[in-house]
Amino acid sequence: MNQNAKATGGTGPSHRSVEIGVIGVVALLGLIAIVGSLKVGIGWGAEGPRAGFFPFYCGLIVVIASAVNLVNALRAENDGSLFAEWGQLRQVMSVVIPTAIYVFAIPYLGIYVCSAILIAGFMIWLGRYPVHTAVAVALAMPIVTFLMFEIWFLVPLPKGPLESMLGY
Amino acid sequence: MEDIFNLFHGFAVVIQPFNLLLMVIGIVLGVIVGVLPGLGGANGVAILLPLTFSMSPTSAIIMLSCIYWGALFGGAITSILFNIPGEPWSVATTFDGYPMAQQGRAGEALTAAFTSSFVGALFAVIVITLVAPLVANFALRFGPAEIFSVYFLAFCSFVGLSKEPPFKTVASMMLGFALGAVGLDQVTGQLRLTFGFPELLSGFDFLIAVIGLFGIGEILLTMEEGLAFRGKAAGINPKVVLQTWMELPRYWMVSLRSCLIGCWMGISPAGATPASFMSYGIAKRISKNGKKFGTGQIEGVVAPETAAHAAGTSALLPMISLGVPGSPTAAVLLGGLLIWGLQPGPLLFTEQKDFVWGLIASMYMGNIVGLIVVLTCVPLFAAILRIPFSVIAPIILVFCAIGAYTVHNNTFDIVMMLVFGIAGYFLKKTDYPLAPMVLAIVLGDKAEESFRQALLASQGGLGVFFENALVSTIMALGFIALFWPIIQGGWNWLRGTQDGVTAA
Repeated sequence: MNQNAKATGGTGPSHRSVEIGVIGVVALLGLIAIVGSLKVGIGWGAEGPRAGFFPFYCGLIVVIASAVNLVNALRAENDGSLFAEWGQLRQVMSVVIPTAIYVFAIPYLGIYVCSAILIAGFMIWLGRYPVHTAVAVALAMPIVTFLMFEIWFLVPLPKGPLESMLGY
Repeated sequence: MEDIFNLFHGFAVVIQPFNLLLMVIGIVLGVIVGVLPGLGGANGVAILLPLTFSMSPTSAIIMLSCIYWGALFGGAITSILFNIPGEPWSVATTFDGYPMAQQGRAGEALTAAFTSSFVGALFAVIVITLVAPLVANFALRFGPAEIFSVYFLAFCSFVGLSKEPPFKTVASMMLGFALGAVGLDQVTGQLRLTFGFPELLSGFDFLIAVIGLFGIGEILLTMEEGLAFRGKAAGINPKVVLQTWMELPRYWMVSLRSCLIGCWMGISPAGATPASFMSYGIAKRISKNGKKFGTGQIEGVVAPETAAHAAGTSALLPMISLGVPGSPTAAVLLGGLLIWGLQPGPLLFTEQKDFVWGLIASMYMGNIVGLIVVLTCVPLFAAILRIPFSVIAPIILVFCAIGAYTVHNNTFDIVMMLVFGIAGYFLKKTDYPLAPMVLAIVLGDKAEESFRQALLASQGGLGVFFENALVSTIMALGFIALFWPIIQGGWNWLRGTQDGVTAA
């Protein structure tokens, strides 16, 4: 791995630090489960084990397992391998950020309009397609989806101002 | 005898024109799902689950299980033609499949792969037909303690058998149980772990987790790896198919062995991926041509494909007979049963005969239809992979979002899907297995319920799990599975020292 990283000459966050970060987050979630369970009671109630009984032990095991994972991660020889190169992470972010905007816009604009914008944006910026091709695909896909879900299978999807203007 | 009658009744249900149509649609969608990177069997089924809400459960399970068969077939296409495994279980198929395609023997490799898949699946379906009713019948006598012990065994097998570090498996699994516990407590009706957020009242739905972890996470991983698909042409014609079929019976030993490995690994929740690797490894060690493996040996395609399909199919055995799914996809199908208002478990065989036997009959039919569809349409499916990822990726994202929304008609679920997706990307890259987490979210409620009922009956004594021969045997098997890495390590160490002594 080490030689790989050197050969490509890329830099990025080390695998070890990300791994420790992930262990931390997992352990934190375990702790939250423990705290939440303690709130509702982990002992023995009138109807048997109380609501927090089961999740308490799950949380406890998560924390213990994370401690072991942490020890293993610290003891492992630091071979300098990368989690990913910055360039690769930029690629990943180029999906995450548009998707995040997409996800938060759906309640306001409806899924069809958002999907058309997402597809067109992807094709134009990442795929470097000519605008007319991108727009054609971006319009066709939501229309097909609309026919399939709303009309054929009768499954309603979130709609926004445009659809209500058109009478749906 | 009654079972055979029921099976024929099942066939009668399955060959109704509407159901046959759904079967073909399911297979085609499944192959597409299997071919596309970033869309696997589990989240393909999860995304398409909402389409079935308005159907009868039998039609719905026929379509969904066919998506699963299609995905199993589809993984082989990309492995052989593009050297990109569409599914984790077809990684082993690339070892010999892609070299064959490079030598211009793509048609032969594809035919061998599809036929072996078919053989593996058929073997597993026959096993299911014969064994599942017996298991279900036996399991009818299970009390809460026995039911919990079965869950215990299933989850311990993950720890012992998966190739990921055991403590990461444990952490991932227990996190799944904790996530599954959020919301309303089934037993006391109390709210827990919601911390006052109204969005968390209904808890985390595992379908959202599946779509996020497997769908979005997979897309992020694909983005990182860069996207250059350069495939070999898919030349497949009747002559090649017939020639290959003439040749295949020679490898019956490989097939039979792979079927057995596949069924064993599928029923214990190890799943299709390790089954395919194990089968390939053993075939390589035993075969006369073992040294040539990796250069385009047809046996090297037969072994992993047969095992992967046998495992993928037999993963449904514990699901329909015990209500314990053997793989994430089986877990999604189990989630489907709950949504359609059926109670998975041994009672299914007595109370929902039409459904169970319809499902089993559709496994036979679905694999026959699947074999025909993939053999005739390979070039079409290969063409899909030539569509650039910058077009495919946003469309997959849109379908994931639709799938996540339709589970509860809730836009917050789409946000959760993205969160699970990002989590899936990091977890996968740091070797946390995702399947146990998903299974824990699905089964959490049931495992907890049986655990608490058992404790209630015993007034809190843990002895209830070792009360009789049956439950203690299952628990003991669970502990063996749990500590398998240590047992194996100890055994190797003992043998190692012995060898050392004799050598000295």
